[in-house]
Amino acid sequence: MSTNAQVVGPDAAPQGGQNEGRGPAALIRRGIDDIRGGNLGVLPIVIALVFIVVFFTYRATNFFTSENFGNIIIQMAGTTMLAYGVVFVLLLGEIDLSISYVAGIGALAVAELQQPGSGHPGLSGLIAIPIAVAICAVIGVGQGAIVARIGVPSFVVTLAGFLIWQGVIVYKLAGPGSIIIQDRWINYMGSYYFSHVAGWLIAAVVTALYAVTRLSGVIGNLRAGIAVSDAWLLGAKIVGVAVAAFGVVAICNRASVQGTPLGLPLAAVIIVLFLVVLTFLAKRTMFGRHVYAVGGNAEAARRAGINVSRIKILVMMISSIMAAIGGIILAANVNSVDTNFGGGTLLLDAISAAVIGGTSLFGGRGEVRNAFIGGAVIATVANGLNTANYNPGTIYMVTGAILLLAVTLDTVARRLQARSGR
Amino acid sequence: MPDTTPLLELRNVTKTFGSVEALSDVDFEVRKGEVMALVGDNGAGKSTLIKCIAGTHTPDEGHVFFEGEEVHIHGPRDAARLGIEVVYQDLALCDNLDVVQNMYLGREAHDRFQRLKEPIMEQRTAETMKSLAVTTIGSIRRPVATLSGGQRQSVAVARAVMWNSKLVILDEPTAALGVAQTEQVLALVRRLATQGLSVVIISHNLHDVFETAHRITVLRLGRNVGVYDRATTTQQEVVSAITAGAPTKVSGIPQVAPEATA
Repeated sequence: MSTNAQVVGPDAAPQGGQNEGRGPAALIRRGIDDIRGGNLGVLPIVIALVFIVVFFTYRATNFFTSENFGNIIIQMAGTTMLAYGVVFVLLLGEIDLSISYVAGIGALAVAELQQPGSGHPGLSGLIAIPIAVAICAVIGVGQGAIVARIGVPSFVVTLAGFLIWQGVIVYKLAGPGSIIIQDRWINYMGSYYFSHVAGWLIAAVVTALYAVTRLSGVIGNLRAGIAVSDAWLLGAKIVGVAVAAFGVVAICNRASVQGTPLGLPLAAVIIVLFLVVLTFLAKRTMFGRHVYAVGGNAEAARRAGINVSRIKILVMMISSIMAAIGGIILAANVNSVDTNFGGGTLLLDAISAAVIGGTSLFGGRGEVRNAFIGGAVIATVANGLNTANYNPGTIYMVTGAILLLAVTLDTVARRLQARSGR
Repeated sequence: MPDTTPLLELRNVTKTFGSVEALSDVDFEVRKGEVMALVGDNGAGKSTLIKCIAGTHTPDEGHVFFEGEEVHIHGPRDAARLGIEVVYQDLALCDNLDVVQNMYLGREAHDRFQRLKEPIMEQRTAETMKSLAVTTIGSIRRPVATLSGGQRQSVAVARAVMWNSKLVILDEPTAALGVAQTEQVLALVRRLATQGLSVVIISHNLHDVFETAHRITVLRLGRNVGVYDRATTTQQEVVSAITAGAPTKVSGIPQVAPEATA
C-alpha cells in the first residue's frame, strides 16, 4: 500500500489532469505504472527473439541468410493469421479451439472452388478466396451465437467445432485424398515475390503511412489542447518503422534461388496489412474498445450499455475469418489440401503465438502485435531447429518451454497487478 | 441550501417478486441539490427501490415523477436519458482500461466511421475531473487497475456526473474504503450537491450518512418508516427506525420527522 501513498495523499499537487510531464523521467514512471498494472508489453519476448536468432546463427551456417529470412516470413504467415484472430478471442477471455480445422475448411473451400468440375471451369482464386472466407465467417457467427446467446462455454462449443470441421475435411477428401491447387492467385499467397523496385516502394509507402497517421494524431491532440507526449519518442518510432521496413526489403532483395532473384514475399505484406488493419480495429474503433471492456469486466460493460453478446459473436467471426485466411496461405505454401490439413500443431502454435507475445489468457490484456511477435518466435524456433538439424521432437519441447515461460511471466505480472490495485 | 421542489418523486410504489413483497406502498422523494440518504437493514428494499429508479425493475404499482412529470423508466437507457445515473458499489469499472476509457465506457465519442475521438474524450475527462476537484488520480491515462479504492470510486462518481446527470445514485460508495479514502469520496459527494446535483446515497454506515446527507429516508421490510432531517435527528433515532420503525404512511411523505418509534 505504501506505493500508493504519494498519489492518494490529499495534498497531492493539482495536475491540470492531462499528463504527468515529459521527458525520460515521465516515460520511466509510465513504464513502472505499466508493469505494476501487469502490463509487461512485448519487451521480454523481443529480447528472447534476439537471443534465439543469435543462438541459431552460431549453430547453423545457413540460418542467418537472406534466403532463410524470406523462408521464415512465409512459414510464419499462416500461423500468424490464425494467431491474430486468437488475440481477439483471448481479449474476451474466451477460447477458440476450432480455428485449425476452420482454417482447413477455408483451404478446402478454395481448393474445391478452383477445381474444374465436370463441364464447368474452376473459379478464379480471386472469387474463390472471398467465398471461402465468407463460409468460415458464417461458421464463426454460428459458433459465436451458441456461446453468446445460449451461454454454452466457448471451450465446449469450439471443441465440438474442432471435431466437426475435422470430420467435414476427412469426409470430403475421403475419395481423392487430396486436392491440388493450380490457381495461380491462390498459390501467390505462399509463393509470390515482389520485384526489387516494388519492394522498395512498399517500404516507402508503409513508412509514409505510419508517419502521416502518427502526425495527424498529434495534430488532433494539439487542436484539443492536449500536450504532445515526447516528440523525440515519436520521431524515434517513425525512424524505427522506416528502418524496419527498408531493412526487411533490403534483406529480401538480396535473396536468390539458383540465380533467380527473389524479393519481398507477398506473405510479408499480408502479415503487415492485417497487423495494421486489426490493430486499428482493436485500438481506434468503438468495437475494439468494447472488446477490451467486455474482456476486462463483462458486467461493467453490460451496465454501460454495451451489447456483450454482439461483441462475442463478432469476435468469434473474426477468429474464423482469420483462420480461413491463414488456412488458405498454408494451403498455398504446399499447393494442396489433404486429409491431414489443420492437424498437427497448427492450433496450439496459433494460440501459443498469441500468448507468447504477451496476450493474457484471462481476458482484457493483449494486442494484435503480440501475435505478430509470437508468430515470429514460433516460426524462427521451428526453422532454426530444422536448419541446425535438431531432432524434430526438440521443436515441440523448446516451443513448449517458451510457452510455459511466457505464461508464467503473465501470471506473475497479474499478481503484481492485484497487489498494486487497491 | 437545497430548495424544496422534488426532482424525483415516487408515490405508492409497490414491487413484488412472486409472493415476496419487496416494496409496499413506498413514497420517496429527492429534492434538487439535496443529498438524500437511503438506509435500512439488509432486505429492507433499498436495492429494489434503486433498481426501480434506475430502470432495472419496473414497479408493479405506483407512480414515478421526475421534474414534476410522470415518467416510465423501462431500462438504464431511459434513466440515463432523464439524467439519472447509478454508481454501483462494485462492477462499475474495467480494470484494464484507463480513466478516460472508463469515463466514456459504452458512450465513446466517435465519428461516422466508428473511429474513436480520443482527443475530445481526454479533454472532457480532464475538465470533469478538474470541476469536481478530483486531483489525486495523477494521469487520466493510467489504467484503473493502478488506482486505489478511493480513486476508483472517484472515477466512477465522476463518470456518472459527466453525462449532464441531474440525479446520481451511489450504492454503498464507501463500503470497501479506508478512512482517508472514505473522506475523499464523502467530500466529493458534498461537492456534487453544492453544484446543484441531487444525490441518493445508500449506506450502512450512519457516520457517513450524517457526514453528507441533508435528509435520511429509512426503509424497513419494504416500507418507508420515516424521513428524517439530518439537522434535527440523532443517530439513535435513525437506528431505532431501522431496527423497529413502524410504517408512517398516511399520505405523502411526512415533512416533519415523526416521533421516535421504539
